[in-house]
Amino acid sequence: MLEVRNLHARIGDKEILKGIDLVINDGETHAIMGPNGSGKSTLSAVLVGNPLYEVTEGEAFFNGKNLLEMKPEDRAHEGLFLSFQYPVEIPGVSMTNFMKAAINEKRKYQGLEPMNAAEFLKLQREKRKIVELDSKLANRSVNEGFSGGEKKRNEIFQMAMLEPKLSILDETDSGLDVDAMRIVAEGVNKLQTPETSCIVITHYDRLLEMIKPQFVHVLYKGRIVKTGGPELAKQIQEHGYDWIKEEIGEE
Amino acid sequence: MNSEQQYIELYQQAREMIFSHAPEAMNAVRDEAFENFKTLGFPSRKVERYKYTDMQKLFEPDYGVNLSRLQIPVDPYEAFHCDVPNLSTSLYFVVNDMFYHDEKPKGHLPEGVVIGSLRDYPELVSKYYTKQAKTSEDAVTALNTMLAQDGMLVYVPKNVKVDRAIQVINILKAPTLRVKSDARISSSEPEVARPSAKATPQNAQRQVPDLMVNRRVLIVLEESAEIKMLFCDHAADDRNFLATQVIEAYVGENASLDLYCMEETHHKNVRVSNVYIDQQANSRVNHNVITLHNGITRNKLDLTFSGEGAECQCYGCVIADKQQHVDNNTLITHQVPHCTSQELYKYVLDDKAVGAFAGRVLVEHGAQKTISQMTNQNLTATKEARMYTQPMLEIYADDVKCAHGSTVGQLNDAALFYMRQRGISLNEAKLLLQNAFINEVIDHMQLEPLRDRLHYLVEKRFRGELNKCSGCKLCK
Repeated sequence: MLEVRNLHARIGDKEILKGIDLVINDGETHAIMGPNGSGKSTLSAVLVGNPLYEVTEGEAFFNGKNLLEMKPEDRAHEGLFLSFQYPVEIPGVSMTNFMKAAINEKRKYQGLEPMNAAEFLKLQREKRKIVELDSKLANRSVNEGFSGGEKKRNEIFQMAMLEPKLSILDETDSGLDVDAMRIVAEGVNKLQTPETSCIVITHYDRLLEMIKPQFVHVLYKGRIVKTGGPELAKQIQEHGYDWIKEEIGEE
Repeated sequence: MNSEQQYIELYQQAREMIFSHAPEAMNAVRDEAFENFKTLGFPSRKVERYKYTDMQKLFEPDYGVNLSRLQIPVDPYEAFHCDVPNLSTSLYFVVNDMFYHDEKPKGHLPEGVVIGSLRDYPELVSKYYTKQAKTSEDAVTALNTMLAQDGMLVYVPKNVKVDRAIQVINILKAPTLRVKSDARISSSEPEVARPSAKATPQNAQRQVPDLMVNRRVLIVLEESAEIKMLFCDHAADDRNFLATQVIEAYVGENASLDLYCMEETHHKNVRVSNVYIDQQANSRVNHNVITLHNGITRNKLDLTFSGEGAECQCYGCVIADKQQHVDNNTLITHQVPHCTSQELYKYVLDDKAVGAFAGRVLVEHGAQKTISQMTNQNLTATKEARMYTQPMLEIYADDVKCAHGSTVGQLNDAALFYMRQRGISLNEAKLLLQNAFINEVIDHMQLEPLRDRLHYLVEKRFRGELNKCSGCKLCK
């Protein structure tokens, strides 16, 4: 699915990623943890092609295609999805128009006819149920006036609509109450198939207990310094990161 | 400099001809307008209200003026269909400055309502004409008054409501025959200034001269009268046009006027419009100005509250690209207490377009309990696009609620990226954001069919599918 080799990236003059290696196979769920400022969000931003970041070295392949050469919209069409840590408000663009544009551009990319209005509404209705999203939100502007929980659920709703192959959830659990987190996690689980994969970026073990990754990576100072199974997340929850820093020779 | 000289000479030479082809009520104020024009001259850019548009330059070229009222053969129904589909059966045409009489049946107008030519209603014209559009205060209004020979009159008597919107299509059309030389503006130094202008072989064969037209509209609403007017400006020839326009509207007590002015012309078109509105007590005015396509446009609105409890809403929507220039200048004068004014103007400027908005709200002594809100928001899509914005409040009363503000900015990068991550191409994302930006002002427009149509036209415009007025056969 995804193969990242020796990826370096910077924002302005500041180098943030200093050689990331990561392989994700079909059907796998990987968690990425790490202290604040270690480069977790940068990694997700670079993978989806945020123009603020510059890749200085390394490669990334997505289902065999050179990801770094593709425009952000084409990466999306190929099946890459990012659930934003801070979903952006877009005043004046309704959720429905936004989703319609997204779906139809993807269909165009795939050589398909645009979806007709009835089909679209039906699809929207079905997918909304997955995250228990209020239908009233469809007529509102994208994320405008949404509560923190609604914004995050709205991200998962969009994921459900676009049916990506690889989803990156960037701190989708932050700012969520227990119930909302359950809804989001259940939503993500429902969307998982043996052909889709997921990267979960989080600070907390709680979401991982529900989403259940097979692999847990620790990102520190721009590198993956430790990889383990779900038990690694538990250890971090209990002991923090200091012991890992010690392991790699920092005090 | 001295662009006014050619118009002064023209008037002196052609005065008899102008008078002989115009109604008496319009002639009555003509000489005075001429004297005022001579005194005023075109304002330079040092004059505050003309800071952003160089009037001297606009009026410098040598345009033809059809003073002998040469018939310009045109069947507007044939030559033209407006992009805003017929809102009602009440469709009227003004060809250049001439109210177009035809036999097509109009929708039923309530008794006493007049929609016709200024020529046919001398009493109303003498009573109201130039009472607001004072020729001593504005050179373009003076010029328009000294040259205008026809125009449109709208009169709604007391307590009469005209339900269906009245749509007026202003068509600019150059004569197909060569205009007589006496109707030509004689330029002060033509051979030097425009070597190709005269006497060259190419020019002798040129059948369609560039044309100046002076349009005039007088709207009179008596007490509790109501009407909705939509003016659509189009050019039916691919020529250089200079159109001056003066609209005077008297809105009586408790009366209601919706005025929509939409311009969809082309890059060779210069439009200078002066709108004057007087509002009596408890009246309501909704003034909307939309520039979809143009060359150089200058719109001035002078609105005065002279009776208490009146309110106005003024909306402006501008989309400009290439080298287009749009300047909206408004002055709202609160003379009396308890009036409410609201203004929202939005611009989207692309390429090397230049936009200007200067709005002034003047709250006079004693105009207590005034509520006024003025907003101007602008998007510049390129580094070369320029926006000049100048919101002004001038308050001489101490119990008022007034606010003004303006912004100039670019599309939100975070929003653009968010949309691209969802698979929406950069172009489409820009389009959605620009549309969203301009729709805020269109959504305020109360004439529903127009609003729906504008949503459609604006989207087409942003997609670049509306390169010039698509309505007329002639410029296709």
